[in-house]
Amino acid sequence: MHPTRRQVLVAGSALAAGGPAMAQGQPQRGGTLTVQLTSEQRVLNPAIQASTGVYVMASKIVEPLVDLDAQGEPVGVLAERWEGSADGLTHTFHLRRGVTWHDGKPFIAKDVQFSAMECWKKILNYGTTLYQFLEAVQTPDDHTAVFRFSKPMPQGLLLRALPDLGHVIPAHVYEGTDIRTNPANTAPVGTGPFVFKEYQRGQYLIAERNPNYWRGNGQPYLDRIVWRFISDRAAASAALESGQVQFSPYSGLALSDIARLSKDARYTVSTRGNEGNTAHTVMEMNLRRAELAKVEVRRALCHALDLGFFIENFLYGYAKLGTGPIPSSSAPFYVPRPAPYPFDKAKAERMLDDAGYKRPSRGAMRFVQPLKLLPAPWGEYTINFATFIQQSLREIGVRVEIEARDAPGFLTGVYRDHNFDLTTGWHQYRNDPAVSTTVWFRTGSPVGAPWTNQYGYNSPAMDRAIDVAATELDATKRKADYQDFVKLAVDDVPVHCAVEHAFISVYAKRLMGSHNTPRWSSSSWHDAWLAPA
Amino acid sequence: MKRVGALALRRLAQSVPVLLIILVGLFLLLQLAPGDTVDALLAQMGGGDAAVAARLRQDYGLDVSVPVQLGRYLVRLLSFDLGMSAIYGKPVASVIFERLSVTALFMSCALAFAFSAGLVLGVVAARRVNGWPDTLISTLGLVFYAIPSFWLGLMLIVLFSVKLAWLPPGGFESIGEGLTGLAHVLDVARHLVLPILSLSLIFLAIYLRLMRASMLEVMTLDFVRTARAKGLSEGHVLRRHVLRNALLPMVTFVGLQFSTMLGGSVVVESVFSLPGLGRLAFESVVQRDLNTLLGIVLVSAVLVIVVNFIVDLLYAKLDPRIVAR
Repeated sequence: MHPTRRQVLVAGSALAAGGPAMAQGQPQRGGTLTVQLTSEQRVLNPAIQASTGVYVMASKIVEPLVDLDAQGEPVGVLAERWEGSADGLTHTFHLRRGVTWHDGKPFIAKDVQFSAMECWKKILNYGTTLYQFLEAVQTPDDHTAVFRFSKPMPQGLLLRALPDLGHVIPAHVYEGTDIRTNPANTAPVGTGPFVFKEYQRGQYLIAERNPNYWRGNGQPYLDRIVWRFISDRAAASAALESGQVQFSPYSGLALSDIARLSKDARYTVSTRGNEGNTAHTVMEMNLRRAELAKVEVRRALCHALDLGFFIENFLYGYAKLGTGPIPSSSAPFYVPRPAPYPFDKAKAERMLDDAGYKRPSRGAMRFVQPLKLLPAPWGEYTINFATFIQQSLREIGVRVEIEARDAPGFLTGVYRDHNFDLTTGWHQYRNDPAVSTTVWFRTGSPVGAPWTNQYGYNSPAMDRAIDVAATELDATKRKADYQDFVKLAVDDVPVHCAVEHAFISVYAKRLMGSHNTPRWSSSSWHDAWLAPA
Repeated sequence: MKRVGALALRRLAQSVPVLLIILVGLFLLLQLAPGDTVDALLAQMGGGDAAVAARLRQDYGLDVSVPVQLGRYLVRLLSFDLGMSAIYGKPVASVIFERLSVTALFMSCALAFAFSAGLVLGVVAARRVNGWPDTLISTLGLVFYAIPSFWLGLMLIVLFSVKLAWLPPGGFESIGEGLTGLAHVLDVARHLVLPILSLSLIFLAIYLRLMRASMLEVMTLDFVRTARAKGLSEGHVLRRHVLRNALLPMVTFVGLQFSTMLGGSVVVESVFSLPGLGRLAFESVVQRDLNTLLGIVLVSAVLVIVVNFIVDLLYAKLDPRIVAR
């Protein structure tokens, strides 16, 4: 764990002064942490719904088999250790002993079997793809779960997917019921450091300290966590500033407020602790549109975007240039490369000229029909990026018309009706490219499946590269395979991974023991504590 | 009393076709909005494959044609079943009931405040017409009228919650403190002060202008001169003769504006994170939760009809010449 500057300072002063200052650096028991959330979820069950909105609440109550440690390496939670067979078809997890569910029943291998076969494989988004070839989970005894796949599953992929797609729910609560409508979906029973207490829809969720938590050692330190649903972003920063709330995760405030609060000594504003939730703000291009079917045109449009300007002025600097579909935060797979399409207006114009789309006259527009741009309604990043694209492309003689829609309208327009030329997007990276990254480039997703390749990109070379990497068992070779994938994705550029960013956390400085792992906001917060106000 | 009961029944019967038109119209209108509640759910999840989506559509009854969906809804409605809420996974009736109390309390307080303060200020302004109190009150009224409620709400939060720390910035009550009795009432009251102010000031401005104009008009009428001539005190004249007559347009307006206020509460409830009907309605539109939205519209329509019915009864009370029928 890298100490924060404050912790270093505190440690320093403790050395100098001794005595009371020391207490500040040591975890203290007690206190209520109040967290602001922009929206609530339909279910609080991470075994059937994989999304940060669920994790930020439910993963304090329900735990996964594996999480990531401070260095981003898999570390056991409900699984103590694991081994995989050489052929990649069998993965054995040795489960932690002496863990009990919040209702007092012991945690056993059957729970893992039930969660994997009934929830992860059948219902969980992304899980249905990842566990497609999971044939069975065998339970030779109460503390061993053996995952059997019918196609090789790289151990690294499984371990990096499990923190998100591997939460275990109690079989005895769900068995024999309709999993989707089980009341425990909104009143979860788990093994985690906090026990579900109360959920008032539209208002708040409360979880209280689990006194029997398996980690012991006085953990968890907090007495209680309250999540408040404050949808208005201005009201959310007011709640933070009035002290009603101590933590706003996942870029939950307006970017202008985030920039303002970053200058306020009472708060920490940082992307640290969210590296595991890196995403790209992208421009997707519909290859069904004749002009965009030409790769030179697509590249020209990318060259027209001054992304450095966008990052500084629209995103207040909390982002960097994207270099390809695998973000730089992904140590096991990332190989440094330059941003592929540097801003060059003259070059962009020349490329369009060469592609046969000359301006009819000076200052006139190149395409007969303007490009129709559907901004993804996923917050300020994607919406602002749409206006930025519109302005930038006008400079090189390409007219863009924006058609704003809300979420259901957007998903229908882009993924089902393909009724767009350009769209912005938020591509979340989930620790391994096979989880939810390659699907943007692979053919074969059915029409209407959201967050897939729906812009008509079809490259046999790309499909081959993706398939080879997905089943490669050797970690080094797999990394190399993914460089082929990145190169193709960047050269063909159906999607321009323009800007890379992690979520921004804003929290009161007195929230300690926090943001110390790459997916902290989605982790269990067992070691978080509050310094006295 | 019997007459009132019969009248209420007749009004209710008259309103059934209206309600039906509203519901069917809204149902069809919402079909024009692209995407359904499964799309909204997928958006929230950040992913999901086609098979999952198809199964969810089946679960929510979205896999059949629109006329069949509408037919099913209306048949259910005959047995007073509003259906299941897609967002909350509970019967719509119970979801609405939970939220209704918050909105009812919030709106009745806002209405009562706007009405009474508007009335008093209007009377004061009318009595000192063109004097400094009139100028002050009328200017204030204009300012209130011009301020959008969401902005006012945010500014009130910045001043009273962030800077002065006198009042909470949002929510309906203190969370998890288990307050009961008077402490609970006071706690809720503290949370409602700012929302009530933001929602009611614009209506206060309208009522005060209305009251002032109406008072001025009535004060010039013959019967007021008669009342003064027979030696009644000024206060008596105002209360018994002027005020009662001047109130009629105000009462009309309360009935008319009740629905406007219901609309305005959507914004204010969002700014102050109040768990009321307005926010629920907004949430159901965004998430395409058709059942919940139709349920809210039904309840709101009934509310508006009831309030207007009460207004009609009040007319008769205020002015015996008018008979409610």
